[in-house]
Amino acid sequence: MVKALRWTIPLAIFSILVAFLAIGLYRNPQEIPSPLIGKPAPVFKLAKLHAPGESLGSDDLKGQVWLLNVWASWCVSCRVEHPLLVQLAGARIVPVYGLDYKDKPEDGAAWLARNGNPYTTSLVDRDGRVGIDFGVYGVPETFVIDKAGIVRYKQIGPLTSEALEKKILPLVRELQR
Amino acid sequence: MIARLASALLLIALLPLAPLGEAATKTEPPSSGADNAPGMTALDVRLKRLESELRCLVCQNQTLADSNADLADDLRHEVRGLALAGKSDNEIKTYLVARYGDFVLYDPPVKPITWMLWFGPFALLSGGAFVWWMVLRRRERNTAAAPATSEADIAAEKRARKLLDDRDDAAA
Repeated sequence: MVKALRWTIPLAIFSILVAFLAIGLYRNPQEIPSPLIGKPAPVFKLAKLHAPGESLGSDDLKGQVWLLNVWASWCVSCRVEHPLLVQLAGARIVPVYGLDYKDKPEDGAAWLARNGNPYTTSLVDRDGRVGIDFGVYGVPETFVIDKAGIVRYKQIGPLTSEALEKKILPLVRELQR
Repeated sequence: MIARLASALLLIALLPLAPLGEAATKTEPPSSGADNAPGMTALDVRLKRLESELRCLVCQNQTLADSNADLADDLRHEVRGLALAGKSDNEIKTYLVARYGDFVLYDPPVKPITWMLWFGPFALLSGGAFVWWMVLRRRERNTAAAPATSEADIAAEKRARKLLDDRDDAAA
């Protein structure tokens, strides 16, 4: 019995270490978990990209489940996810609001004219202040926000059809109930 | 006489304070720190120190102070704004942690999820020391408390003792 412990204990410690290292190997260090999950979305009031005189605030969006997609005309990987967003908007499952992050409004508008506009409304975050409030550090990012204005999910980097099918859309359907 | 002595003592006691009072009237005392460039205000020095305790989210292995990333620039701007608004270092850190998580801090806070990180190495070290101590103790007990029991051992011991004794005789 004691003899067996002499090699089972070191083996157990070694296996735990290997398991930790193996998990660490397959995790993406660029994905930092957002502290905003489960907390109210930051309060904002921003000008609309296509109607600079009008503004939209976080309070106006309460009572519905919505996605906030942070994008910019200078953002290369935004081009990768863009067809998916256009498709999603076409399906009319959930409204997608855009946050044109640190971008010239005219560049943003031209980019949407060229690539298609999936957004219910796009908001202009010229100096990136609202981006900071949302903890944005790598564009594109997508947030799922529920009826009460609570952030439920954050996708860092481009949307993939897998993330959309497996995580975002099931979550949206659940929250819409 | 006693009054004069007392006033002289009082003067001596107050003397070291005189230059201090003078310096305090200057608005910006010249900084003497080696790494503080001339012309840096106290706020600059404070921001520099604070920024070197915060991580740049984009480059990850650089501090906010070292990074040239666009976001780092924005965050430095934000930190300066908060400092100017009279926020303390802790309030500024809390502000950033609320948005970006503990990852922005180069010094992770001690809480249940980071216990492994903080105390794991010490636990492993003391575990190792314990095992080492056990092995040493067992080895010591085995060698010290092992009396020569078998016939062969007794014979060998006798022969060894005889050899030693013979050498002592030869030397004498």
